[in-house]
Amino acid sequence: MGVLLPPRRAGVDIVSALQSIFKRATIWLPYLWLIVFFLAPFLLVAKLSVSEPAIAQPPYLPAMNWLDGPIGWWCDIKTFSISNYTFLTQDALYWKSYLSSVQIAFISTLLTLLIGFPLAYGMARAPRNLRPLLLMLVILPFWTSFLIRVYAWIGILKKEGLLNQFLIWAGVISEPLTIMNTNWAVYIGIVYSYLPFMVLPLYANLEKQDGTLLEAAADLGCSKVSAFWQITWPLSRPGVIAGCMLVFIPAVGEFVIPSLLGGSSTLMIGRTLFDEFFQNRDWPVSSAVAIILLLILIIPIMLFQKSEARAREQGA
Amino acid sequence: MTRQWTSFNIASVVLGFAFLYIPILLLIIYSFNASKLVTVWAGFSTKWYAAAFANLGLVDAAWVTFKVAIVSASVATVLGTMAAMALMRYTRFRGRFLFSGMIYAPLVMPEVITGLSLLLLFVAVGMERGITTVTLAHITFSMCFVAVVVQSRLASFDRSLEEAALDLGATPARTFFSITLPIIMPAVIAGWMLAFTLSLDDLVIAQFNSGPGATTLPMKIFSQVRLGVTPEINAVCTILVAIVTLGVIIASLSMKYNDVQRARAEQLAMQTK
Repeated sequence: MGVLLPPRRAGVDIVSALQSIFKRATIWLPYLWLIVFFLAPFLLVAKLSVSEPAIAQPPYLPAMNWLDGPIGWWCDIKTFSISNYTFLTQDALYWKSYLSSVQIAFISTLLTLLIGFPLAYGMARAPRNLRPLLLMLVILPFWTSFLIRVYAWIGILKKEGLLNQFLIWAGVISEPLTIMNTNWAVYIGIVYSYLPFMVLPLYANLEKQDGTLLEAAADLGCSKVSAFWQITWPLSRPGVIAGCMLVFIPAVGEFVIPSLLGGSSTLMIGRTLFDEFFQNRDWPVSSAVAIILLLILIIPIMLFQKSEARAREQGA
Repeated sequence: MTRQWTSFNIASVVLGFAFLYIPILLLIIYSFNASKLVTVWAGFSTKWYAAAFANLGLVDAAWVTFKVAIVSASVATVLGTMAAMALMRYTRFRGRFLFSGMIYAPLVMPEVITGLSLLLLFVAVGMERGITTVTLAHITFSMCFVAVVVQSRLASFDRSLEEAALDLGATPARTFFSITLPIIMPAVIAGWMLAFTLSLDDLVIAQFNSGPGATTLPMKIFSQVRLGVTPEINAVCTILVAIVTLGVIIASLSMKYNDVQRARAEQLAMQTK
């Protein structure tokens, strides 16, 4: 029938077909890409975490054969083993790693807030024409390599490093401090690497705050310190939450910082997973480690998302 | 906030920036150190740069890294921009919830998990690990960053321009290329740069997904750093920092220049009316 249609109509059909192809491609290309390269790999991790390890290439027994059909799948599901998960609870290395990752991330987040808040506050109060430059200066380190920024601290923190040289020269200490390969080096590394993540949301929040509120408080006889705690601090809560989550979430799974700056006693789960995978070659256990790590991170991620959604509502 | 800038504020800004910049500055200064001992200054020298360029392993790794970064940033920019359009403009489609979840999840996913999961995929389909797998991995996580950057630009611009074009009979494709794309271009460029630096920077995901012959620069740096700090690595790091800083400065200056040009054109248009 298509042949009998007037040529103009056919042209219109082609155009509208092309239009919908353009729209559909825009949606489906990235969608398919993420299904293949994000969702499917993630399901593979989940599947592997319930498989038995094996001395083979690749080193695991398949927990599920997709070609078996629904009945076969059910049989496969019955063979799922939680042995990898029970193994995690038995070996102290794992729960200690989880605990110490959360602890290290928590302490580092607090330290980052302690340094980041005065910085963001100072930036927000800077003369208006200076602010874009200051903002650029916060963002610039964010573009330079993470690995290089962590590496830069090794020369500073080690025993014969620049910090010890400086402190001895200044007469503050007589014996060099041992910072490198301790948890303190890891805290410093995390604070340094993630400081821009803390400062940016805080600055965005503090800059928007209404200065007249503080003037009103001062007029009514409120001291500057108590005005800060009663007005500025409560108002900056969304910024504080966003900043803390942006530091805490990646810090928990951090690998580069503990392996370059931390010592052998610095347990962090990212590093444990990496070693489990590359040194012990136990893929099923490392998958189980990954799944538990995600479960731990879900709570802070939900908190973050909730505070973001609230901020968006208030902004609208 | 327009209150006075107290000395406490100034001090915290100065100290904060000192903390952010001194380590990098020290790294750059000591890359010109003549001594092999990284922490003892023994005069100015550029010999470590010569040594870095003579180190074929490093040069090869740098070449691999740049190839991966350019290809992955370009594909990620196209896919990320499409994803942003899908989220902000063609909003009615099935599975949108899953789609937006998959855009945001990689942003908060620990790198070790992203790396591990992609490796399992490549092993499951029997793909040889090498440059291709690293590139595919980099495209996947950086396209989500591009999508978020472009999305925020799409959210902030005047939609009536697009609607006008559609009303006047332009096809969605035509509207996109002649109205939307020029307007969101700064965000697309910023997204490309972000994807490029993310790829240049990545250690963990590359470590999981690369094979023999596809050692990237961060992998090389990492394996050498574990043996100790060397002035040669300082030199390589300085070059990388210089490239990125120059890129960011040039990009922001050219964006500023474009803004000024546009403002001037708008003024002219108003005058001739």
